[in-house]
Parts: sequence; structure tokens; C-alpha cells
Amino acid sequence: MQKIYGSAAEALDGLLFDGMTIASGGFGLCGIPELLIAAIRDAGVKNLTIASNNAGVDDFGLGLLLQTKQVKKMMSSYVGENAEFMRQYLSGELELEFNPQGTLAERMRAGGAGIPGFYTRTGVGTVIAEGKEHKDFDGETYILERGIFADLSIVKAWKADDTGNLVFRKTARNFNPPAATCGKICIAEVEEIVPRGSLDPDGIHLPGIYVHRLIQGEHEKRIEQRTVRKA
Amino acid sequence: MAWDRNQMAARAAKELKDGMYVNLGIGIPTLVANYIPEGVDVTLQSENGMLGIGPFPTEDEVDPDLINAGKQTVTELARTAYFDSAQSFAMIRGGKIAMAILGAMEVAENGDLANWMIPGKLVKGMGGAMDLVAGVKHVVVVMDHTNKAGESKVLKECTLPLTGTGVVNRIITNLGVLDVVEGGLKIVELADGVTEEELRAATEATIVG
Repeated sequence: MQKIYGSAAEALDGLLFDGMTIASGGFGLCGIPELLIAAIRDAGVKNLTIASNNAGVDDFGLGLLLQTKQVKKMMSSYVGENAEFMRQYLSGELELEFNPQGTLAERMRAGGAGIPGFYTRTGVGTVIAEGKEHKDFDGETYILERGIFADLSIVKAWKADDTGNLVFRKTARNFNPPAATCGKICIAEVEEIVPRGSLDPDGIHLPGIYVHRLIQGEHEKRIEQRTVRKA
Repeated sequence: MAWDRNQMAARAAKELKDGMYVNLGIGIPTLVANYIPEGVDVTLQSENGMLGIGPFPTEDEVDPDLINAGKQTVTELARTAYFDSAQSFAMIRGGKIAMAILGAMEVAENGDLANWMIPGKLVKGMGGAMDLVAGVKHVVVVMDHTNKAGESKVLKECTLPLTGTGVVNRIITNLGVLDVVEGGLKIVELADGVTEEELRAATEATIVG
């Protein structure tokens, strides 16, 4: 079992194709797989469908793939931080499927758990419910949402061992675990790969069974809203 | 005279009860954390995967891996727990959060809420708002009573795309506090220096009782 690759480009080798669906971890710019996103841009693959809570900012994160027009469709809950996104969407160049944030997370989790659909109260009576199956349970109305099955998952973790067991750090965990599980193949980029035996088995956030390829690298970890108080 | 942003936040903080797990939205609701009454112990949830939000960090404490749902840098507390987004919304959808305090663009007399989209103008997305109003038992809206043009935001029916139907329990505005009840809205409290006539004049919704 050899999961460790030398670079993001090597880890992506043989996995990319035009028109594919990619699930990405991250919330805002926190915990995003920034090295893999940059390598996907460099690979030039096109017509991508990307499931990710946000779309980065103009010059960082998934915003990089919007600049190069590699994205056909985004599945997201909030895209307010990205002016280029707004421009492409309003001019009809980019498809956008808004998902309530919890529905998006559960669609990824469900896909990874082999569940093709689930019922939720979220969005009943709103535009989100249009065209979806409605069903009543115990006097409450729910709508059917589908699991997401991606061709590739890209995630960012703090530490991994060489078998792909992952540990995340603070709120950088966010969408990474559910995104990791819903792809046929998952690549994780981490800050440090440690030898097996050095992570506490009780403290693993995502077992290595979900992680097929691993890279270690330097992360910029850009901050969107730097809010501080006086010391 | 009416309440300013901080007074609205302070009024909303009076809704908090000891032991509650609470989600605060972006904007004025975030300020509510500054006014939690003495002796009331609440745990704040951030839907990006955190229970127990601490204050903003000092310059030395800033950590890019530690942000709230508004993407602001925050700190952790002794009680803090982290989890992933699927679990975060499982606890929201599952009814474990006692109260959500949210901003709004419009609220209707039947409790309908619109706070995520202005068609053709504002394409940002609903984030976690639809999940919160669908899953949290008690939803409090904090907003200005009227828009910049002076038109009521407390309506008979919402005109903007909805976030949820029949989900709002209480509305706190710069003019006062209203509850959603059978047949319309009930005045609970008037803001300092605001008369009932002024509040009624600024409200399009039916006021009962």
C-alpha cells in the first residue's frame, strides 16, 4: 500500500477528465485543498462540475478555476465573496445549483454512505423544493434530496499517517470529511505525514479507507475576515 | 427615538436562557454575544463546525484554522468541541439547537421569512439559513422595522424568495418586539420612546390583540 505522492500534480495523474464531477472540502478559505486546486488549474481540465460550499475568492481557492473558465457548474450554498463568480453567473456562462448548506453536507455524506436519497424539511415551501418529490411523515412535509456521487474528492487535513488516516484541525474540518467520502477516489493534502503508530487510533477523524492518495505540502491558509481584539 | 443596533442586540440577548445551545446569524445577531446576561450560561454554535465560540483573538492568537460562520477569526473556550459540517447540520436539523437568532430582509405575519436573495440583484446564497429555520424550534428575527426607503419589512406576505414558511416566532426591531400568533402579530414591547401608533404605522402586517 503506497498512498504518498510527491506533488499535487503527481497525485492527480490519470484521474482528471473533461466533464467530471469533483467534491471539495473547505468553508470559505478555511481548510480548502489549495494545492490540489492549483494543480487542477495547471492541468487545464474543463467543463467541471464542482460541489463545494463556497467558490473561493477571485484569486485564491476555487476562484482560480473560475478565472480560467474550467468550471461548468457549481453546487454551493454561498458564493457572496467572489465577484468573478457573480459576473459569470449573471452573464449565463456558469451554472449554479444553490443547495442549503446542511443539505449539501448531507448529500455528500449520503453519497459516501451509499444512500442515493434522503428526505429533509429544509427548503420546503421555497424555490429549493421546486421539482422535488414531496412526502409527508407524521404530519410534516419533507422533500427528497439526492446523494452526491463524485468522480473525485479533494480535501485538506492537518495530519495524516502513511495509511491515510486523517486528523483535522479546529474549524478547518468543516466539509472535508463528508466531501472525502463521496468520491470514487479521494486525494488528501496535509501539512504533515507522520509514520503509522504516531496518531492516536481513538483520535482519527477520518479513517484511511476513504483516502486513496496523499500529499504533504506548504499551505498559505489565507484569512478572509481578520477580526481581532486588543490584547 | 428607537433602539440602535446594539440596543436591539441587547434586547435579543434577553431571550437567552441558562443552558441553551444557540446559533447566532451574521450582522446584528452576532452582536448578541456581547450582551449575554450575567449568570446565563449559553453555548454558541457556529454551523461551520464548532460549539463554544470564544471572543475575537488578539493579534497573537489569530489562527486561520479557527473561524466562525461569518468567516471571522475567533477563539475557542474550555468547553469547545469541533465537528464536521454533516454533523453540524445533523444537530441543527435534529432539533438540538434551542434557538436561532437571525437577520432578515422581510418577515410576514404568518411567520414566513425571506433573508437570502433579491432576484436579479443579489446572488449570494442561503448558506445555512434554510436548515436553521427548518430545524431550530425557536427562531428570533432581529432587523430594522423598515428598509432604507422607509417601507415596512414586517409584511402581510413576503415578496422576496422565502427561506422558510411559518418559521419565525419572535421579531425584534428598532421599534419593538412582536410575536407571531394566530391571525397576525402581537405587540410584546415598544422600544424606548416609540409609541404604539408609530409601530403600527411602520407595520404592514396585521396586528392582533
